[in-house]
Amino acid sequence: MEAFPAPERTGLNSAYWDGLAEGRLMFQRCLACGHAWLPARAECPECLRAEWGWEEASGQGRLVSWVVYHVAFHDWFKARVPYNVATVELAEGPRLLSNIVGDAALRIDMPVVLAIEREEGVALARFRAG
Amino acid sequence: MVIAGIGHTAFGRLPGRDTVSMNVEACRKALEDAGIEKGVVDGLFVKVPTSRFESMYGQKVAEAMRLQPRVGGVWDQGGATNCSTIGFACMSIAAGLCDVAIVALADNPKTGTRAAYERAGGDDAAYGWFGVHAGYAMIAQRHMGEFGTQAEQLGAIAVAARTHGANNPHAALRLPLTIDKYMESPWIVEPLRRDDICLVSDGAAAVVIMSEARARELKVAAPVPILGFGQGHTSWDVPQRPVMTTTAAKVSAQTAYRMAGIGPADIDVAQIYDCYTIAALMTLEDYGFCKKGDGGKFVEGGNIQLGGRLPINTSGGLLSETGMPGLQMVMEGVRQMRGTSHNQVKGAKKCIVSNQGGVMTTHSTLILGV
Ligand SMILES: [Zn+2]
Repeated sequence: MEAFPAPERTGLNSAYWDGLAEGRLMFQRCLACGHAWLPARAECPECLRAEWGWEEASGQGRLVSWVVYHVAFHDWFKARVPYNVATVELAEGPRLLSNIVGDAALRIDMPVVLAIEREEGVALARFRAG
Repeated sequence: MVIAGIGHTAFGRLPGRDTVSMNVEACRKALEDAGIEKGVVDGLFVKVPTSRFESMYGQKVAEAMRLQPRVGGVWDQGGATNCSTIGFACMSIAAGLCDVAIVALADNPKTGTRAAYERAGGDDAAYGWFGVHAGYAMIAQRHMGEFGTQAEQLGAIAVAARTHGANNPHAALRLPLTIDKYMESPWIVEPLRRDDICLVSDGAAAVVIMSEARARELKVAAPVPILGFGQGHTSWDVPQRPVMTTTAAKVSAQTAYRMAGIGPADIDVAQIYDCYTIAALMTLEDYGFCKKGDGGKFVEGGNIQLGGRLPINTSGGLLSETGMPGLQMVMEGVRQMRGTSHNQVKGAKKCIVSNQGGVMTTHSTLILGV
C-alpha cells in the first residue's frame, strides 16, 4: 500500500505545519498592504512585496463548497471512501482545502470551526460544523 | 480570415501511434480538405500534448512534415489552446508574419501515458485531494447550492451529447443515454457521476487558416469565415476563486462577440467544451444564453438538442465524440457552417465554439459564420 501522502515541508511552509502541530492555524499577512493568504508563498500576491508575517487564525470559518470522493485515487484513502474534501474560508480571509468531521449535514456557507486532528504524526487543519 | 480545411485521425484507441505521427496524419487530411499543397504553409501552431510535455515539440512536428515555418511552436493553455492559437494564427497572418497557418493537436492518453491526468494534489493530498474531477465537483456543488441546480439538469447535457454522438460515425462512444440511466451512473466524486465526465481518447486534429483573399487565390472549396475570437483566464486554483460559479469564459465571449459585432441572440448552434457537464452548463451562462444560475433550466426539455432552442455539441462533444482537448469542437463548427454535419442545424449561420482547460482555469472562444 502507498504511504500516507504527507505534506512536503519547505523553508517557507514549515511555520504553517509547526503551528498546526502546536494547535494553532497560521496564515500569512502582508506588512505593507494587509492582505492575508494561504497557502504559503514568498511574496504578497496583492502588492507583490516580500515583507509579511505569520498570524494565528481565530479558527472560525465558512464552508464554501465540498465534494465527496466515492472512488479513491490513492491507496491510503481506499478504506475511507466515501469521504469529503472541503473548501473553507477563514474569518480572516484566507482559504484552504480541508475535511469536515462529524455527522452534521453539510450546506454551503455554513459556519465551521477548526478541529485539528493528527494523521500519521501530521497535524491537519480539519473543521467541524460551528 | 477563414478556416480553409479541417482534418482528423480516428478517435478512441490508437495503440502504438505517437503524437507526432498523429499530428502529421491530421495535417495531411486538413491540407487535402482545403485542396492546397503543403508548400504554401508557413505557420505551424501546435498544442503540446497534455499527457506528456516535450520541449520544442512544435519543431518536432515541423521536422516530421519537412516544414521550416516562419511562425511556429507550441502554446499551452490546456484545452483552451486551440481556439487561442487560431486567434494567434489570424493575428500573425494579419501582421504579415505568415500567410497560411496550420493549427494542430494530438494526444494519446488512452494508450500512451496518463501521468499528467493522475497527478497528486500537492500538500492537499494529505486531506485526500487528488485529480481533476474533484475541482469540477467542487464548483458543481457550489452551483447547486447557490442556484438550486439539479442533478437531472447536469444529466440533460450528457443526454444531449450522447444523443448527438450516437448519430456521428466518428464518435468514440455511440451509446445513447437516458436521464434514468444517467441517474443510475455511479458517483465518482459527488456531485459528479461517471456520465458527467468526458471520455479519454487518443487522436489528432488540424485546421488550416488563411485570409479570405488567399482562399480565393488558392481556390479553396469551402472556406468558413472566422467572425471573432477571444480569451479569458480565471487562472487561480479552484478554492482560491472568490466567486466559483462565474469564470473568465464571460470575458472571453464578450471579446469575441464584440469583434464579431453580434450577441448571444444571433447564435444558431454552439459547440461548448464539455469535459464535465458542469463546465458546459456554466459556459452557457457565462456566454449570455441565459442569466447566471439559470443554466439548469436552460438545458432542460430538449432545449440544447437538435430541434431545440440552441443545439449544442452536435458531433457529441467530449462526452461522446472524443475526449481530445478542443479542436473537434472547432471542426464541428466548420461542418455546421458548411452544412455538412451529421446533425445539421437547418439554416445555421452563426456558430460559437468554446475551449477551456485546467479546471475552468483557461478559456477561449471562436465565432464562425457563413
Ligand atoms: Zn501586500
